[in-house]
Amino acid sequence: MKYMMFVCTDAEPDTDSTGSEDIEKWVADNDSRGRRLDGHELGPVSAATTVRVRNGELLVSDGPFTETREVIVGYDILECADLDEAIDVARAHPMARHGRLELRPFAAL
Amino acid sequence: MGSTARPRPAATADAVAAAGADSYTRIVATLIRVTGDWTLAEDSAQEALALALEKWPRDGVPDNPGGWLMTVARNRATDVLRRASVERRKLHELAGLTLTDPDTSRTDPEEEVVDDRLRLIFTCCHPALALEARVALTLRTVCGMPTADIARALLVSHATMTRRLTRAKTKIAAARIPYQVPRGPALTERLPGVLAVLYLLFTRGYEADGEPAFAAEAVRLARLLHELLPDQDEVAGLLALFLFQHSRRDARRDGEGNLLTLDKQDRSRWDRAAIREGLDVLDAVRSDGPYVLQARIAACHATAPRGEATDWRAIAGWYDELVQIHPSPVIALNRAVAHGYAHGPAAGLALLDQARATGALEDYPLAVAAQADLTARLGHPDGAAALFRRAAALLPAGAEQRALLARADDLTGGDTG
Repeated sequence: MKYMMFVCTDAEPDTDSTGSEDIEKWVADNDSRGRRLDGHELGPVSAATTVRVRNGELLVSDGPFTETREVIVGYDILECADLDEAIDVARAHPMARHGRLELRPFAAL
Repeated sequence: MGSTARPRPAATADAVAAAGADSYTRIVATLIRVTGDWTLAEDSAQEALALALEKWPRDGVPDNPGGWLMTVARNRATDVLRRASVERRKLHELAGLTLTDPDTSRTDPEEEVVDDRLRLIFTCCHPALALEARVALTLRTVCGMPTADIARALLVSHATMTRRLTRAKTKIAAARIPYQVPRGPALTERLPGVLAVLYLLFTRGYEADGEPAFAAEAVRLARLLHELLPDQDEVAGLLALFLFQHSRRDARRDGEGNLLTLDKQDRSRWDRAAIREGLDVLDAVRSDGPYVLQARIAACHATAPRGEATDWRAIAGWYDELVQIHPSPVIALNRAVAHGYAHGPAAGLALLDQARATGALEDYPLAVAAQADLTARLGHPDGAAALFRRAAALLPAGAEQRALLARADDLTGGDTG
């Protein structure tokens, strides 16, 4: 089962500073187990561009399509047996404490 | 023998109900594991019960009612799947479900037998589902309660409840929430969420406009969970807590339906068998989690022959522990009240001040009433009367408000003019 994991900031991060800060270790660990297929950090929201086509007309605008304080700063595509395994993978990511992670299953074919 | 004599319809209806209560969850839980289809599992179990109601009065109650129901439900599910031409593997597994023994637990890769009912409960209570969905799904799938009844009791329309249940089942499939019982540390992590659903069900059964059947279902589920997870002390604690509270169900209201406090209840109407069962369950418990401690407090009340004979020192001690591991304003308030009885009103007032220091109990009528009671016992009738009136003003008009005003009038002893 494939899950898209959105890595997001959060207005209320954890105040507890114990726990691993090492994203590289998380990546290496999950890559070696075949649980992480792809992923990347994203550029800042200030570099975002929104594209729409309405009645054949191209509409390009500056910025993300929603203005919220919590923004997507990266993504990972996971391959897990089920949601419980995906949750276990997500909880070990440093951004689970500094921000939040959203797990979205790929739609069934 | 049930099959020789022609049974009375009422007696067979009882037999169906009894066999159904015993087997329904088992059948649904097993069919979900094998077919992965929640709705098919529920429909098949319901149809088996309906067929029993039709056949048993005519043919007699079978020797193994649970096995009979399982077979009928399994055959029905097989028919539906065959028509939909599902893969051979599932049909094969369905055919293998035992005919006579309804206990169809299977062995998992680590050779540990896991009861399907436990898988079902943990899946219904998965934290990836919204709390309201967990409650509804548990009632519908584990308890087999009709959707219309659940909707009425949870104060939403039938259509809304149907949508809520469908959405929950869709999420289980789409997000692949596993049909399994978490193990090791994960079990410890997930169990409180399951117990919270049961606790919510139970309290919902006791609210003024609640559904009384919920409380009975919560007791049944807690008993089942305790049977399946005998080593989990918090499960035992929750079951004991339910049993003690449930033992007072016939004594907790007066003739007009108003709630009675413990000291006003007719203790001869408490359910002694339930109290006995609760004490037995608690007897085997070795650790003190939040539910165990609440059960120990409830046990002190349940075993006091009269209100005055309550062991308040023991209760105060359990509250001291409870407030450490589960700090909450209401528990801090109850702790102050307990200390007020155990160690005198001054001790109670000191703890009450402490509990209210956070501001969380501001204008909370029970906190003001507790302060009033402690102040009265400290020998300050005028101050106490004013506090009782303030507490009354914070409550809606009704019996509780009248009781507080009566206490205020008693304290000022008729010199109100």
